[in-house]
Amino acid sequence: MSSNNSSLLLKNVSLIDAGQNRDEKNLDILLQAGKVAEIAPAISFAADQVIDLDGAWVMPGAIDLHVHLREPGFEYKETILSGARAAVAGGFTSIACMANTRPVNDSAAVTRFILEQAAVAPAKVLPIAAISKGMAGEELVEMGDLSAAGAVAFSDDGKTVANSKLLRHALEYASLFNKPLLCHCQDNALFADGVIHEGMISAAHGLPGIPTLAEDIDIARSIMLAEYLKVPIHICHLSTAEGVRLVRSAKARGVKVTAEATPHHLFLDERAVIDLACGEVLDDSLKPEQLRYNTVTKMSPPLRSVVDVRALREALADGTIDAIATDHAPHETTEKAVEYELAPFGVIGLETAVALGLRLIKEKVLTPLELTARLSLAPAEILGLDDRGSLAVGMAADLMIVDPELEWTVDPEKFYSKARNTPFAGWRMPGRVVKTIVDGKVVFNL
Amino acid sequence: MSQTEENSVCSAQDVEQILKRIAFEIVERNLALEKVVLVGILTRGVSLARRLQKIIGETANRDLPLGVLDITLYRDDLSSATHHPVVRKTEIPFSLDGVTVILVDDVLYTGRTVRAALDSLIDFGRPQSIQLAVLVDRGCRELPIAADFVGVSVPASAQDRVMVRVEESDGFDKITVMPRDSTSGE
Amino acid sequence: MGFEHKDLLGTRDLSAIEIRSLLESAESFKEIAERPLKKVPALRGKTVVNLFFEPSTRTRTSFEIAAKRLSADAVNMSASTSSVVKGESLLDTVDNIQAMAPDIIVVRHKFVGAAHMIAERVGARVVNAGDGANEHPTQALLDLLTISEHKRLGPGLTVAIIGDIAHSRVARSNIWALTTLGVTVRVCAPPTMLPRELEKIPGLVVCERPEEALAGVDVVMMLRIQLERQDRLLFPSIRDYARIFGLNRQRLDLAAADAIVMHPGPINRGVEITSEVADGSRAVILNQVSNGVALRMAVLFLLGGQSYE
Repeated sequence: MSSNNSSLLLKNVSLIDAGQNRDEKNLDILLQAGKVAEIAPAISFAADQVIDLDGAWVMPGAIDLHVHLREPGFEYKETILSGARAAVAGGFTSIACMANTRPVNDSAAVTRFILEQAAVAPAKVLPIAAISKGMAGEELVEMGDLSAAGAVAFSDDGKTVANSKLLRHALEYASLFNKPLLCHCQDNALFADGVIHEGMISAAHGLPGIPTLAEDIDIARSIMLAEYLKVPIHICHLSTAEGVRLVRSAKARGVKVTAEATPHHLFLDERAVIDLACGEVLDDSLKPEQLRYNTVTKMSPPLRSVVDVRALREALADGTIDAIATDHAPHETTEKAVEYELAPFGVIGLETAVALGLRLIKEKVLTPLELTARLSLAPAEILGLDDRGSLAVGMAADLMIVDPELEWTVDPEKFYSKARNTPFAGWRMPGRVVKTIVDGKVVFNL
Repeated sequence: MSQTEENSVCSAQDVEQILKRIAFEIVERNLALEKVVLVGILTRGVSLARRLQKIIGETANRDLPLGVLDITLYRDDLSSATHHPVVRKTEIPFSLDGVTVILVDDVLYTGRTVRAALDSLIDFGRPQSIQLAVLVDRGCRELPIAADFVGVSVPASAQDRVMVRVEESDGFDKITVMPRDSTSGE
Repeated sequence: MGFEHKDLLGTRDLSAIEIRSLLESAESFKEIAERPLKKVPALRGKTVVNLFFEPSTRTRTSFEIAAKRLSADAVNMSASTSSVVKGESLLDTVDNIQAMAPDIIVVRHKFVGAAHMIAERVGARVVNAGDGANEHPTQALLDLLTISEHKRLGPGLTVAIIGDIAHSRVARSNIWALTTLGVTVRVCAPPTMLPRELEKIPGLVVCERPEEALAGVDVVMMLRIQLERQDRLLFPSIRDYARIFGLNRQRLDLAAADAIVMHPGPINRGVEITSEVADGSRAVILNQVSNGVALRMAVLFLLGGQSYE
């Protein structure tokens, strides 16, 4: 992004960085020429800028494996710029954007267009190319050309590559370039016309259900392919207890499988469909009017059962789930203000994910170090980004500064994202990202 | 129920005497008893009509048909009612065409209940005439309505509450006047 | 009498007292149908909009008659003639209707939660006349009214509901209302039309076979099978469905000797019920229809008779 020579000295920092396994107070960090130059208890250097953080946390910038930026094609929902602004406001310094734009990112031209638009964006934007042309599940994209143009991974997210032979060849071919395949696992026939988790709520309210089976069968298939071919595979937005079990046992066998979970699947279960407040004490002025059947609870995979949420949290804690990814899916408000069954799937997450991560620390699901592993270190490793994910000396100076005691309430009207479709409106958050730095430059200041 | 400041107007014996007198007047005025029917307004009007039916049966040897009328659906204050009124069943198992209807209620006050009852009766048919019998006329009319048979006149102000209690609903017969603030059913 | 809701969206939200007082009130409205002049002035000057996004002649007519017998002005709007087809959103349509200041909106919609969405949006009081597979509260209440004419509605009573439970709003509304009153409900359907989690509902017994569901039961409620579901792999053929799940005289003999037979209509004769049973002495299907008007009068009067604070 830049090869500036300016320097920034962060004083009185609490450094939390899984990459260096450091959780230490009273440090100074010197950022120089866009990189981490020095970490020491007391640095005396005549930096261009000095910021005294008064003990605030410094963590590696979060890296989101899974966002939808909607550009090109759906700029009314989000643009690369508005999405990147939302990202840095939420502590994300790198975001990998999915290919389901219009046109689909299935050619180097689209990848280059995304990178051009991203040149002025405050966060680093990493294009993910489609696996199949037009995401139609029939022909492979030109993976070599796309890799050369800057695609970091391949995914037909939102759809599944139903043809197992095509998926096999995609895995084989992508391994040539060391690019991971990110798999949205879903058996389309079992998914059918489902809109919420098939369970107690779908049974009681007559909303068409999506069985966990629809996800689990495809996770099993994906893992079997990766195991057979001895190539890595990444499972997107894991949402089921059985999916967790499949990933855990595959890892134990040595399969190169990684997995992500979204904050909404870690915090909400199927009951949110009929009561968005869901036991949470919501701020009255920010609380959505419609608590029952609110379409901000509609996403794919759907909000699952309490049992699934518990399994996801355990898997996140023990590392079975490597990464937290948002599946940030912006939609215009009027698109979501329709009948539940007609509403598009998806919620946004860039501006709430890190704060919810801080809640996971408060709820003793994760330690602060584990949180940085899930938000930064693991995503960097999955995408093969060796210059980021940690703040070791020499790494990119991509970081977030967090005040772990600064409580705030989620107000969608204040989002940088163009979209407002969050299920977390009115939620109290225990801490907040107050500054975000990319390549040594402050790109977000609360 | 507050018993303080209750002013008893009529005792049980008085009520019985009054009903006998009204029954007598009804018979006296309607020589063609075979064309007379009784219709009581729910709830206490029905109890009173039933007693009139019994007295007339005993004294004039004539069983008058008895109807039950719920006027809720004809009220003119539905939209301002704070508590939702309960609709009860109207039972008029005979034709009203050409008959004389003796409409019976406990208290005649503003006249609005009677207005509603008249509208309702006319929806059932075309009676030859409708006569009104009430146990108490307490005045303060808001509509030009008068009773044909009045048990007792109790001049009361709008601040007063005139209560009729009958054995069938309340366990005993009594007519009382008390200040409106006292809590009680009507 | 304590009906604490602005709208009637489902039986799920009703207490036993609310259900009983609604039934009692409906009982009083039955008599109006027997009068020579079947009209009372209770809702004079009130406007009832029947907003039907899904065709339903029966339910719409029933609501229309109920509204008219209460002297309300009933206006019918169906989706085919409204602007929905022109790409207007549900909320746009509803905002337009609200601007015409109706007092009550009766909604029928293909999708779950549509009535709830409208109720949140408008000041008018909303009656759900069916939202997707979720609820159809007036149908359940009229079913209860019909049952109460023959049986004591409460603990000790057993009702069997047989048919496509998964996609039936009638089944759901009946399940909530009946179990709230302490009635035992047996449900029976092909496993492809029976949500697996239903057995967790207290008071509900899931039966695999109709014979099991019918044994000694007091009330048999047959559901209409939607023939187009066959295309969705839910059952192999109508013939096969009728053979295993259809109500015929032999099967009905398994029920209590005085059991009554109900069906929300319209009937697929020879599919879920044989003509012999549907037209037999134990069927109360037409009573359900008459009771529908009285029940809907009670509901409209309850909602339209006063303003909601």
